[in-house]
Amino acid sequence: MSLRVVLTVGMLAAASAATQAQTIYPLNRADILTGAKFDFKVEFPGAPAEADAKVTIAGRDPAAFFGKPGTFVRNEDGQDYSSYVIRDVSIPTAGAVAVEAGAAKVSWDVYATPAPRKAKNVILFIGDGLSIAHRTAARILSKGIAEGKYGGELEIDDMPAMALISTAGSDSIVTDSANSMSAYTSGHKSCVNALGVYCARNKNTLDHPKVETLGELTKRRLGMAVGVVTNTEIEDATPAGMVSHTRRRSDYNDIVEMFYKVKPDVIMGGGSVNWLAKSTPGSRRTDERDYIKMFEADGYTFAGTSTEMLAAGKAGARKLLGLFNTGNVDGALDRMFLKKGTVGRFPDQPDLTDQVRVSLDILSKSDKGFMLMVESGRIDKYSHSLDAERAIYDTIMLDNAVKVAKQFAAKDNDTLIIVVGDHAHPVSVIGVYDDERPGQTPREKLGVYADAKAPNYSKPNADGYPDSVDVSRRIALNFGTFPDNCFNAKPYLDGENVPAVAGATANTFVANEKNCTRPGSVRMTGNIPFDGNTETHSGDDVLLTAMGPGSDMFHGHMPNVRVFKVIATALGLGE
Amino acid sequence: MTVSLPRRLVLGGVLATLPGLAWGREMLRFDGLYKKYGVRGMEFSDRVRQLAGTPVDITGYMAPPLKAESNFFVLSSEPLSICPFCESDADWPVDIVVIYLRHVAPLTSAGARVTVSGRLDTGSWSDPDTGFVSLLRLMDAAYALA
Ligand SMILES: [Zn+2]
Repeated sequence: MSLRVVLTVGMLAAASAATQAQTIYPLNRADILTGAKFDFKVEFPGAPAEADAKVTIAGRDPAAFFGKPGTFVRNEDGQDYSSYVIRDVSIPTAGAVAVEAGAAKVSWDVYATPAPRKAKNVILFIGDGLSIAHRTAARILSKGIAEGKYGGELEIDDMPAMALISTAGSDSIVTDSANSMSAYTSGHKSCVNALGVYCARNKNTLDHPKVETLGELTKRRLGMAVGVVTNTEIEDATPAGMVSHTRRRSDYNDIVEMFYKVKPDVIMGGGSVNWLAKSTPGSRRTDERDYIKMFEADGYTFAGTSTEMLAAGKAGARKLLGLFNTGNVDGALDRMFLKKGTVGRFPDQPDLTDQVRVSLDILSKSDKGFMLMVESGRIDKYSHSLDAERAIYDTIMLDNAVKVAKQFAAKDNDTLIIVVGDHAHPVSVIGVYDDERPGQTPREKLGVYADAKAPNYSKPNADGYPDSVDVSRRIALNFGTFPDNCFNAKPYLDGENVPAVAGATANTFVANEKNCTRPGSVRMTGNIPFDGNTETHSGDDVLLTAMGPGSDMFHGHMPNVRVFKVIATALGLGE
Repeated sequence: MTVSLPRRLVLGGVLATLPGLAWGREMLRFDGLYKKYGVRGMEFSDRVRQLAGTPVDITGYMAPPLKAESNFFVLSSEPLSICPFCESDADWPVDIVVIYLRHVAPLTSAGARVTVSGRLDTGSWSDPDTGFVSLLRLMDAAYALA
């Protein structure tokens, strides 16, 4: 009891001291690549006189240290703090750098990337939300299992280097795809919803202190070609992380502008509505800019379908903008088997494997190498919607896309391939749902331990997909968090699951009654905060596998920002 | 689900407080709003073009409103799994219809299936108060539980 009181008092004192202190960006213990750009910022509480807001870097005046004048803004954005900012700075030499601002002290570790350059190209595969259980389930469905042994290896498993990646952000132990991608593409930790910035106190989401991204760095420093390829909306956090700087990942229209500024040579995904002039029906822009036309004017071939994309590749396009859906591209299960989702409206969407093939055709023309990011993004989205089968099929699609990259890399062995999740989901393979078992409800159908017999999916096709998910003994890939929902342990053959719908009052969600009428359905009481509508991310570590030059730097446990450091080192991105 | 009155009678009850809702108008359906959903834009159906400016009825789901009492709400074809007014990064489905009621009213039917009557207005337009951009609107509208 007394210990608890003491602890509380101590914590309060620490908390109040923290709110009084200045905040220095980049934060304490930041790893900074030599020559990489960032915005230096210090926020002081209240409105001190400029002369009292003293800052030193390595004992020197920051303006002298960076060779660039700073700006002091009292009561920035009308708020109760003042800031000192120098934008677009970099540090040319490696070593520890101490920064002091009043009572606050931070230290940065500036690192160089010794020659020689190890890799000509880097292909970074992100399985959005890819967790261990997605991988296990994909292996069971696409390789089969008998007497405890698999019928083969997944491409994503069959790689020599492996590491356990922790994903916590600067603000919490559970990240979203924005700050987790930002860690991979900038080497700096950030907070939930933020891309390519530190989370400062600025009111404008675009004003927060920036850090340079891989899309920018590889182009600026080495003149490399850049590709950003996904099956989600191209403005979504993971692809946006290659080029974007915003405190708010939903700034889609600004993110399109950031793509235009960086101009990756290959851009592919969905989300075309933010590229259309406001006056075009269906546009989500607030201005009259038609970014598709603007990219075309800059020499890009535009592809709106898989056929057009493949033709552009064949015709020798050097720059390609492919937007294949107004929203997300449909997942593998819907596109190839069930024909649900938006397949009726968009019948000719590409598979991620073909997107990778065409990207490699285009990017490999660069004699300075390329940096390609490929995302299988709906593993995450289908996990949020408690749609296990769709998440598993998109994991198999990721595996197929990695196979294409491995075949490409085998030719010259100068390409570093990395496959990693950006954060985890609370998913587990807990057994099988077996219709042979008596009863109708999920608990009656679930076989665990000795009753978890191998599922009876048909032999997978050449691409590793069983032709039906609607079998009598199905994998039980279950989710640890969920909103109120109705569940009957059967696949969703009519389209992606919608577990919960908005309630009558703001920020409340109720079970989707459509699911409650499915045979054997039971009501599940949600176990997440009441304002949540889907399954949530988890703070578990994720697995990274890698091969090619530089991949030997991956081992043991590494924080996500170290993935950037390995890429930077393999490419010799520093000064 | 609890009241088993004939649908028309329930409507009639609400009608008394919402003058303007009447039968015999043109019925619009969500699956008939657009003839093309392409990546470079959508195209209104011929029927929407013909009915622009005239009174129509459409049935859908009242989205959770921005304010509890308003003359403005969003009608969607399916119950929304997201709350775009609550979450900063949730987006509306592409085929929504924005409803401008004739009078400010408490939006107690949020989440429910409703039939709305109003004058069909087409083309991109930003709401001056909220900045909300819509393609299709029902103006001077009234609604009843469907
Ligand atoms: Zn997610």
